[in-house]
Amino acid sequence: MTTLALLKIAVYFLLVLAVTKPLGLHMRRVFSGERTFLDPVAGPLERLVYRLGGVDPKKEQGWRAYASSLLVFSVLGVLGLYAFERLQHLLPLNPDRLPAVPPALAWNTAVSFVTNTNWQAYAGEATMSHLTQMAALALHNFLSAAAGIAIAVAVIRGISRAGSKTIGSFWVDLTRATLYVLLPISLVAAVVLTSQGVVQSFSPAVEVTTLDGATQKVPLGPVASQEAIKELGTNGGGFFNANSAHPFENPTPATNLLEMLLVFAIPAGLTYTLGSMTGKTRHGWAVFWAMGLLFLFGAGVTAYSETRGNPIHQAAGVDAAAGNMEGKEVRFGPGDTALFATITTAASCGAVNGMHDSFTPLGGLVPLVNIQLGEVVFGGVGAGLYGVFVFVVLSVFIAGLMVGRTPEYLGKKIEGPDVKLAMLAVLILTFCILVGTAAGVATKAGLAGITNPGPHGLSQVLYGFTSAAGNNGSAFAGLGANSGFYNVLLGVAMFFGRFLMIVPILGMAGSLAAKKRLAESAGTFPVDGPLFTVLLAGVILVVGALTFFPALSLGPIVEHLLMVSGRTF
Amino acid sequence: MTKHAEIRLLDRALLTRAVADSFRKLHPRHMKSNPVLFVVEVGAVLATLALLGVGTRGSFSFQLQVVLWLWATVLFANLAEAVAEGRGKAQADALRRTKTDAIARRLVGEERREERVPASDLQKGDLVVVEAGQLIPGDGTVVEGIASVDESAITGESAPVIREAGGDRSAVTGGTKVLSDRIVVEVTSEPGSTFLDRMIRLVEGAERQKTPNEIALDILLAGLTIVFLLATVTLRPFALYSGSDVSPTVLVALLVCLIPTTIGGLLSAIGIAGMDRVLRHNVLAMSGRAVEASGDVNVLLLDKTGTITLGNRQATQLLPAPGVPERELAELAQLASLADETPEGRSIVVLAKTKHGLRGRELRDFHAHFVPFTARTRMSGLDFEGGRKVRKGAADAVDGFVRAAGGHFPEEVRRDVARIAGEGGTPLVVADGGKVAGTIYLKDVVKGGMKERFDRLRAMGIRTVMITGDNPLTAASIAREAGVDDFLAEATPEHKLALIRREQANGDLVAMTGDGTNDAPALAQADVGMAMNTGTQAAKEAGNMVDLDSNPTKLIEVVEIGKQLLMTRGALTTFSISNDVAKYFAILPALFVATFPQLQALNVMRLATPESAILSAVVFNALIIVALIPLALRGVSYRPLGAGRILRRNLLIYGLGGLVAPFAGIKAIDLLLVALGLV
Amino acid sequence: MTRNALVSLRLLVVFTVLTGLVYPAAVWAIGRVAFPRAASGSLVTHEGRLVGSELIGQAVTSPGLFRPRPSAAGSGYDGFASGGSNLGPTSKALADRVAAELARSRAENPAAKGPVPADAATASGSGLDPHVSPAFALWQVPRVAQESGLPAADLEAMVARRTEGRFLGLFGEPRVNVLLLNLDVRARAPGAGANAGGGTP
Repeated sequence: MTTLALLKIAVYFLLVLAVTKPLGLHMRRVFSGERTFLDPVAGPLERLVYRLGGVDPKKEQGWRAYASSLLVFSVLGVLGLYAFERLQHLLPLNPDRLPAVPPALAWNTAVSFVTNTNWQAYAGEATMSHLTQMAALALHNFLSAAAGIAIAVAVIRGISRAGSKTIGSFWVDLTRATLYVLLPISLVAAVVLTSQGVVQSFSPAVEVTTLDGATQKVPLGPVASQEAIKELGTNGGGFFNANSAHPFENPTPATNLLEMLLVFAIPAGLTYTLGSMTGKTRHGWAVFWAMGLLFLFGAGVTAYSETRGNPIHQAAGVDAAAGNMEGKEVRFGPGDTALFATITTAASCGAVNGMHDSFTPLGGLVPLVNIQLGEVVFGGVGAGLYGVFVFVVLSVFIAGLMVGRTPEYLGKKIEGPDVKLAMLAVLILTFCILVGTAAGVATKAGLAGITNPGPHGLSQVLYGFTSAAGNNGSAFAGLGANSGFYNVLLGVAMFFGRFLMIVPILGMAGSLAAKKRLAESAGTFPVDGPLFTVLLAGVILVVGALTFFPALSLGPIVEHLLMVSGRTF
Repeated sequence: MTKHAEIRLLDRALLTRAVADSFRKLHPRHMKSNPVLFVVEVGAVLATLALLGVGTRGSFSFQLQVVLWLWATVLFANLAEAVAEGRGKAQADALRRTKTDAIARRLVGEERREERVPASDLQKGDLVVVEAGQLIPGDGTVVEGIASVDESAITGESAPVIREAGGDRSAVTGGTKVLSDRIVVEVTSEPGSTFLDRMIRLVEGAERQKTPNEIALDILLAGLTIVFLLATVTLRPFALYSGSDVSPTVLVALLVCLIPTTIGGLLSAIGIAGMDRVLRHNVLAMSGRAVEASGDVNVLLLDKTGTITLGNRQATQLLPAPGVPERELAELAQLASLADETPEGRSIVVLAKTKHGLRGRELRDFHAHFVPFTARTRMSGLDFEGGRKVRKGAADAVDGFVRAAGGHFPEEVRRDVARIAGEGGTPLVVADGGKVAGTIYLKDVVKGGMKERFDRLRAMGIRTVMITGDNPLTAASIAREAGVDDFLAEATPEHKLALIRREQANGDLVAMTGDGTNDAPALAQADVGMAMNTGTQAAKEAGNMVDLDSNPTKLIEVVEIGKQLLMTRGALTTFSISNDVAKYFAILPALFVATFPQLQALNVMRLATPESAILSAVVFNALIIVALIPLALRGVSYRPLGAGRILRRNLLIYGLGGLVAPFAGIKAIDLLLVALGLV
Repeated sequence: MTRNALVSLRLLVVFTVLTGLVYPAAVWAIGRVAFPRAASGSLVTHEGRLVGSELIGQAVTSPGLFRPRPSAAGSGYDGFASGGSNLGPTSKALADRVAAELARSRAENPAAKGPVPADAATASGSGLDPHVSPAFALWQVPRVAQESGLPAADLEAMVARRTEGRFLGLFGEPRVNVLLLNLDVRARAPGAGANAGGGTP
């Protein structure tokens, strides 16, 4: 069982490897304004969008303008989505006659989708109308993903340009990311998903009479179109409460594999885009492999732990052969579920095909750590690349001094202001996670949400704030997060985790773009090859994870030790 | 300063002073410039208050020991800085002693009336007269006369140097002593800002400012400190949730162990020591920034003459004309050069002696008189009594000479001449009356070991460019022989400046040396400009370093020191951060093992008790600073390798080493603490 | 700022139409034409009545039929309350539930052989898991055989026929669709489960 699970990881990784270059190359073409095979269809559409939007595609922006466009666009997105949710009962395509979404939940959900978090404090099938799902929530699946890609591309431009005041146009990057990358792939993927049983319907729920003679309501909706972009855009917001564990979202092992591939496709491809646009393909691959190493390690641990199962239950008489099946679907089993969980938390996707809350402690530790690392193990679309950029800068800075030169990254000196911005990005994540969790376990309102006592309760709260700050969206879903306390605080964490990260990162991009490029020599710090790969992975682990070690040791780590000794709470 | 009294690393007097200083540095005003240690100090104060105050939990002896070691951590870091500063301070004292309140003889008015004023009253532009035995009262330029000057107070070099009006050897430094003759000096510095004053301030570190890399590193360390502060502060609510409590003392201990105290404590010492190393090479860097920049340099501009080659051309080969035995040519060449005191002439005599076994002869052995070289004849040689004339000189001049004597200039010799010129050498043709005897091959001789040094530089990723006034052909030939990467021929100061700008536009950082006033713009433009102490005041002011020995190859050492400085910082940062892993494994299980006995599984070092575990980590954290002081002062060992190999090596030693070392160290301290019965 | 806001608003509208309306409509249209059954819920009719979706598990308590897994969706297999128990690995509530489930399963299947399969005692993530493991299906065969009167060998053959393998021989786990299997049983033994009312899961 465990061996088979490890084999799945290996084969999946090879598939990711296979799509990295073609997709990365395509994205380079798209964002360098080169011709692509999609031009005949997407070209006219693109020009139409510019005309309707009033965008001058030739006008580039400096980092401040780029960031303010992004912020204004996002804030208006939050407001629009909030309004949509509050007014859904008055709008069409609400066949199940769902009422308006309550204010705190609407705020939480609006921030959640615009920040690409897709934290869901609600059950989709019972809360959101079809129109809200597809025209408001799925819209932001596209836009938040496109914004993420745009930022990543702006960062890449910052690295590859020298003496430049601009880093591209946010509007153009947003539009091209949507029209040339997200929409075409989603369309194809959605059709494939439909063929496997993922529903795409505008009908109300169907009432059936079961074999027992009881009545069961089977909810329908435009699921496939949302499912495709939810994975591709690493959004993760499920149409249904059970997310990708729901058979209508993810009916077969084949759809499961496709969805897993969709999650990593763009983040992995962007590493190639990075290499290609900077003219340092080997650097792109070095980053890819650093991510790959961390992914393979994490996936291995999760798969091992989940296939081994829960000794407490096994002692009670549950067959150990199938591993830990609580919260898992039979069609996926512990192997595919562990892999899915590792992928979705490594990326900032947050889709789940099994319940993380019911994972074994170590199986749940890996997703938690994946997010705490800043989701840089491939990471969210764009977010992974610009997140790893922070660690690349820190690696180059810490180790770069060791070769006896002022640290430089691809010919750009890393100086005080760059380090300051990088540390700011690290600090924001740490602050939101640790202070939020501390507030959760130190207040009555916070403690009220905990549904699993003992160390697992700490893990639940920690996971919640980690997921929100990391814009992941997955959860130890037992946490009663649909309360004023959590809706507001987690909303704030999501907002900070997204925008307070993006601003310093765009600042770094702007700073690098303005710098002159230093000549390369034998004395230049090498950012390609296995040595850099190992260094980067090490810095990500040490700088990214050490901070959380105390919290983790009181959560999943001690829980694992307790589980082995048979303690329950 | 090597030639001054040697100051040893851990001189007793120095150490006493450093220990005293490390207590003085506890003042918050000083501490706040170092965020990491400031946090440690605040933590130590809190822990002390907790100890003195009410409600201390746990063993008093344990808490007392933790508190003491927290203070020790701060003191050790201060000690590192104080020791590093100590040497500079001692040197500054030595310099100050040479700075006596000399009386200056100022010349005033049209009639140049002499008046006596204290040296400190001299203003820029004043004229002073200095005679043998007197100290030069301030920095200035010789405007009249010539004198030999003892500059050992500044350079440590006891051999006197010549200073004269006009030209590039007119600059004199305040505090140096005129040994002979009388000069009139125009003062070029304001009172209090003479070279000597500046030097004292520099070696003392009084003007020490953080370098760009230091600032960036400080930000990183401050950032990490905040991160760990968050991790520690939030641990309390997590612990309370889990049903256990942690005392403030223990939290402070954890915080201090996690924040990068090792590099935080040694950072300024590394910088000061780097400056000090430069100084021990007798180079005065005007700022730490300059030393740091020299580590970044990837193009080195070196003057050919005196730096790459020996000062003058030398005879290396004799090429006889057809029908002339080589020995005869050697004899004639020797004769023609007997009285020739130019370095070229001397080298011909040496060549005749070493290669052809001709004993040295004296002019007076012959009945002849010497005909010196003139710009008109472009020949020199001997006129014997009896009319025999032996000459050596430029080919066309000798051609004229032999024709006048009725001889002819053989075609073969003409070819030799052309070939030598083509190879960048200088051909001197020797003639005895109307007969051409052959050609002497004079060429620039590259200093020994230069090729290896350039190879070393290349391995470090540094390109060397040779600057010469020679024609491109000659320059190319020498460049090839010396193994430099590139050359600039027929160089003028303007060309030099243009070259620097071009290299910088390509993204290169350029270092150069210079001494003349016309070098000043290029020295100022270069990222690292090292002026020779013998050079003009303008050059010294334009550069950001002054080599007191006036040895241009020193630039290479300075580059290495700059690199070493950066490497030491990087290595200790890496070491410091990787140490945290082991400290976590020591402290975390200890904190919560009472609540969750299962956490004993994380106590991989099998430390005796929770208290000994925490104390061991704190002790290790403090002692590692002391243990690394010598490394911080000396710098990590440097080898000229490519960046990839250096990185691999240092990552292995300081990254992996930093991961592993504390496991062993903490375990050892734990065993010791238990053995001593301290816990 | 105003300019940014204006462009933002216009683009939000443009993309709402494009990705929020046109795109899902296009997927819907293609699904409608190419895979009408799959796109509209893979619904199953039996004797002219909608009995469920092939993909959505349902509670089965009637004698003579195979049982699905325990469900945490609402009061069990509630289509509008998908989800898992979200109980953690050291949860006493979960341990107690698992123990109860084990006891109940054993009591219900006194003739079952071997340990209780993991999926028999654990709730799925969706609460709507349409499958059980082949092991769990086979484990129930003695009871189903006794209650339905069908020979155990026939039932085992039915289970084998309804067992789906791994994708590409690697991904996913072997599984048996409970609804389809029960319809097979019903086809052979029309009486099975016929008179049972909607009971507790």
